[in-house]
Amino acid sequence: MILDPLINGLSLGALYALIAVGYTVVYGIVQLINFAHGEIFMVGAFGALSTWIVLGRATNNLSWWMLPLMILGGMIVGIAVAVLMERFAYRPLRHAPRLAPLITAIGISVFLQEFVRLFFGMIPGFPDAKAAVPFPQIEFFTGPAVNLGFAVVQRATFFTLAALIICWGFLWWFVNRTKLGRAMLATSQDADTARLMGIDVDKIITVAFAVGAGLAAIAGVAHGLRYGNIDFKMGFLAGLKAFTAAVLGGIGNINGAVVGGLVLGVVESLATSLVTGQFGGAAWKDVWAFVLLIIVLVFRPQGIMGAKVVDRA
Amino acid sequence: MTALAPQSTHHVSKEVILQASEVTMKFGGLVAVDGVNLTVHAGEIVGLIGPNGAGKTTFFNCLTGMYKPTTGRVEFNGAILPPKPREVVVAGMARTFQNIRLFPNMTALENVMVGRYCRTTSGPVTSIVHGPKFRREEQETRARAAELLEYVGLGHQGASLARNLPYGDQRRLEIARALATDPKLLLLDEPTAGMNPQETREAEELVFRIRDSGLAIVVIEHDMKFIFNLCDRVLCLVRGKTLIEGTATEVQSDPRVIEAYIGSPKTKEAPDA
Repeated sequence: MILDPLINGLSLGALYALIAVGYTVVYGIVQLINFAHGEIFMVGAFGALSTWIVLGRATNNLSWWMLPLMILGGMIVGIAVAVLMERFAYRPLRHAPRLAPLITAIGISVFLQEFVRLFFGMIPGFPDAKAAVPFPQIEFFTGPAVNLGFAVVQRATFFTLAALIICWGFLWWFVNRTKLGRAMLATSQDADTARLMGIDVDKIITVAFAVGAGLAAIAGVAHGLRYGNIDFKMGFLAGLKAFTAAVLGGIGNINGAVVGGLVLGVVESLATSLVTGQFGGAAWKDVWAFVLLIIVLVFRPQGIMGAKVVDRA
Repeated sequence: MTALAPQSTHHVSKEVILQASEVTMKFGGLVAVDGVNLTVHAGEIVGLIGPNGAGKTTFFNCLTGMYKPTTGRVEFNGAILPPKPREVVVAGMARTFQNIRLFPNMTALENVMVGRYCRTTSGPVTSIVHGPKFRREEQETRARAAELLEYVGLGHQGASLARNLPYGDQRRLEIARALATDPKLLLLDEPTAGMNPQETREAEELVFRIRDSGLAIVVIEHDMKFIFNLCDRVLCLVRGKTLIEGTATEVQSDPRVIEAYIGSPKTKEAPDA
């Protein structure tokens, strides 16, 4: 009985976690909350949709192997937008007061939403994006839920959880076992010293944005599979929740973002299904998420796994 | 890098590795460094002394591109150095810090590996594809870092987090990390600060070994015994200006140097160890 909402919560949490990593990685390197990151998630989903429209719609191809192509397409679009955003919106403000990039982030966010809303449908053959757009329901990853005996699991859940595990593993390997990852770690601990050790900090920042965008795009695809459609404003709430997850886990800490995302998803899902009556049900799910944020901010402001970040030298 | 531009009155010989000419650094109305000249030859140890606030560290920051000097020029290996820290390191100048600035949450080995960053060439794509070149470079980086840890006497500490190392070891780790960038010139900012006499002697021995491997060294130090044991030449800065430049013996016996410091260097000069 409790397993269904738990698994549903893990799936939702995995989605948050994939986006939250982007907030946390960028924050760890430049101490910037990139509030436009939720839009990268949205743009990534639209990128994946576009890939399908170009490659698969003519034949209504819904075979499983379309999915990697869509993910790739989504990642390319998401990463391109994120890198351009960093280069042209944030980099000129690198030494500006902190408020400037924050306001810029909100501006980019509105810009990207409106851009997709107004112009996506203007591409010949593309559906109008002023309302929700159906996302291709790739066979195997959608369709009837699977009954595992102890619980009934949506197929998209498998995809989302697998995506999170693979991405998490990849990130661990990237940060701990590659030269670029080591340079990222060094930059996050002391950017000035990293520069004096010959690290191109601008490049590291670009890489941080790209890594976050790649994961957000995968989350965009997962969202499309899970809910069956995508829309231009889906990045707002998802971004806010993912930001919450990143703060919950301890911003700047990759593992914290993953744990924070999962915790947030599970709490949201459990609270929604266990609390019923006037103050319960689906209408209250966002309330529980932000109540959790407030509790953590009051009692453990550095986040669940924040201890590691505190000792930045 | 810009081409050779011998505009200075000095003849730039192959021997000269660093030539700072008339370096001036102003912060608003404060002149922290005022027209300082410094020439360093290959294989030489030059000491930089002076009372607190004399501008020694600021001068280092001008050399390493952390500050852009208000006026003056820094030539390294015959080319003008751009005031960009990264390019300075690539050109072959590395430094340590007065206040230790290791990457605290990385292991000693990883700290040194970071120093190799600018000497390896594999980019993001090779990293992700994990090609043979990437693997070979990673292996070389790891091996070289381990070798450098061994060299500074930290061979057994590779897996410890930098922040957990004892103070003296942290200083040596900074030197290993700087050496990992394959420098031709090493700048040491108070390498023995806070060390006990035993550690100071070890540091001295390490600096000699580094010099003997062919590097030039510029060292800021308050420990006069250390400076006069070590240095071929000594430059004394007072209030941003060069007070005197000469051999260790000349500087040691100069009354102006004695005056510039609180107390006399004779009291600091304990019997030779």
